[in-house]
Amino acid sequence: MDLLMATTTQTTRPTPTPALDVYRVREDFPILTVRVHGRPLVYLDNAATSQKPRQVIEAIDHYYRDANSNIHRGLHALSEQATSQYEAARDKVRRFLNADSGNQIIFTRGTTESINLVAQSYARPRLRSGDEVLITHMEHHSNIVPWQIVCEQTGAELRVAPIDERGDLLTDEFERLLTERTKVVSVSHVSNALGTINPVKKLVRLAHQAGAVVLIDGAQAVPHVPVDVRELEADFYAFSSHKLYGPTGVGVLYGRAALLEAMPPYQGGGDMIKSVTFEKTTYNELPYKFEAGTPNIAGGIGLGAAIDYVGRIGLDRIAAWENELLEYGTQALAAVPGLRLIGTAQNKAAVLSFVLDCAHPHDIGTILDRQGIAIRTGHHCAQPVMDRFDVPATARASFAMYNTKEEIDLLVRGIEKVKEVFA
Amino acid sequence: MLMLSDLDDLYQQVILDHGRKPRNFRDLPGATGRAEGFNPLCGDRVTVYIQRDDGHIADAAFTGKGCAICTASASMMTQVVRGKSVEEARQLFDGFHHMITDAASTVQEAEALGKLAVFAGVKKYPVRVKCATLPWHTLKAAIDHQDQPVSTE
Repeated sequence: MDLLMATTTQTTRPTPTPALDVYRVREDFPILTVRVHGRPLVYLDNAATSQKPRQVIEAIDHYYRDANSNIHRGLHALSEQATSQYEAARDKVRRFLNADSGNQIIFTRGTTESINLVAQSYARPRLRSGDEVLITHMEHHSNIVPWQIVCEQTGAELRVAPIDERGDLLTDEFERLLTERTKVVSVSHVSNALGTINPVKKLVRLAHQAGAVVLIDGAQAVPHVPVDVRELEADFYAFSSHKLYGPTGVGVLYGRAALLEAMPPYQGGGDMIKSVTFEKTTYNELPYKFEAGTPNIAGGIGLGAAIDYVGRIGLDRIAAWENELLEYGTQALAAVPGLRLIGTAQNKAAVLSFVLDCAHPHDIGTILDRQGIAIRTGHHCAQPVMDRFDVPATARASFAMYNTKEEIDLLVRGIEKVKEVFA
Repeated sequence: MLMLSDLDDLYQQVILDHGRKPRNFRDLPGATGRAEGFNPLCGDRVTVYIQRDDGHIADAAFTGKGCAICTASASMMTQVVRGKSVEEARQLFDGFHHMITDAASTVQEAEALGKLAVFAGVKKYPVRVKCATLPWHTLKAAIDHQDQPVSTE
């Protein structure tokens, strides 16, 4: 082919990415055919947990059928297979986050454990009375309580950066709260209660300028936005498998190599050691230093399969579809008289939290449930957010790659039914 | 289309009415007993006040914020216990609790509770049981002069 023609074609007519075919995608998710109270399931609770494609279910099934064995220590064939699959999953996570090395990818039980690990292993040995830990008002309890615990243990103080009435972080206030006393900053990438996407790259830069180390809670982010931990310059990044179309019981902590090297172990036990005597025990290298005991092997492999699945669909296509759903859903809900959206940041993930003036979120949830619609009601493990918006709870619909506009229509009809009951 | 009859068991007209326009929804200055109930996981919050006159509950009232079931339960509770003896109120508490939580509770037992029988359907909605029982546990705490806030979670 003529080289000039080729380059001309490439620069003047890029091939558009075909949009996600949601009906095709739905075929991969067996649970979407389930019926609830005699109606088709309309699953809009993805911020709580995602459903799993058969590719993930099959990977776990195959592992237990063909390869199940304890890893890392066995010489026999099955053990080698299991180890190889598990470590391959670790490498998938590494590439998913664009981390430099698999040594920086630690498997944990989930985001919550990852944050506790950093709080206890990084922060606790270092924090002194008078030091500060900075979080934001929109954090999930899992990114609040571990810091409260470590502050109590060390005499450090917890500071909280405020949010505005749209659910946006007040970045000026965040910057003002960064002082030479701030040693650790921990922020969510995406808020589970409000959907707000934080400008984490900027927040990391500000925190680094103040000399603080930054952990990013990526639990709600990784299914929806591409994450490049090196580009973000994150010191720590945490996420859970089960929100990313993978199994429960496994998650990830990414950390800078130098930081992880310097940290003492989080839990002691088998696998995280090099040698043990009663006189002295030496610890294993990264990442194993932080992986005590037999891990959730099937879970890790399932997470790897989920990452493969998401990669095949394409995170950019998923994000584009979810944005369409968010726009469609926002417009539809905003048009319901008596409905108030909570969380209206400019930059949002596909989460719609709302309250109705005629009915408490519980009652909304129960009536929608009877119509087969699954949403979440309550404080979403973010009581401070509820207090900030002066509501006891919200109803929350959250979307994933397999949700449709028809489902949003059903949600709106369901809300109309709630209003009818309570009129 | 959703048949309202599906939800009849829970959202009966009486309950909806009490939820929308709760009776005795007020402060009680000079209350001899007062207790707070809070279910933090769901956000229901209620304060129950009683005016005890010898061994009788001369007046009962409540304030708070909660779902329709919690509000209706508190409203009907205050209506029903007013004028009763403390002992009768305790029996009503036991009866209500039994009706809502015990799978073996009978229609007759529910009917013996008079207007409270409308809550019998809550049994089919296990997650909402704590909404209905919160005001009653709070009432019990007010009677017993319990200081710590009550929760049914």
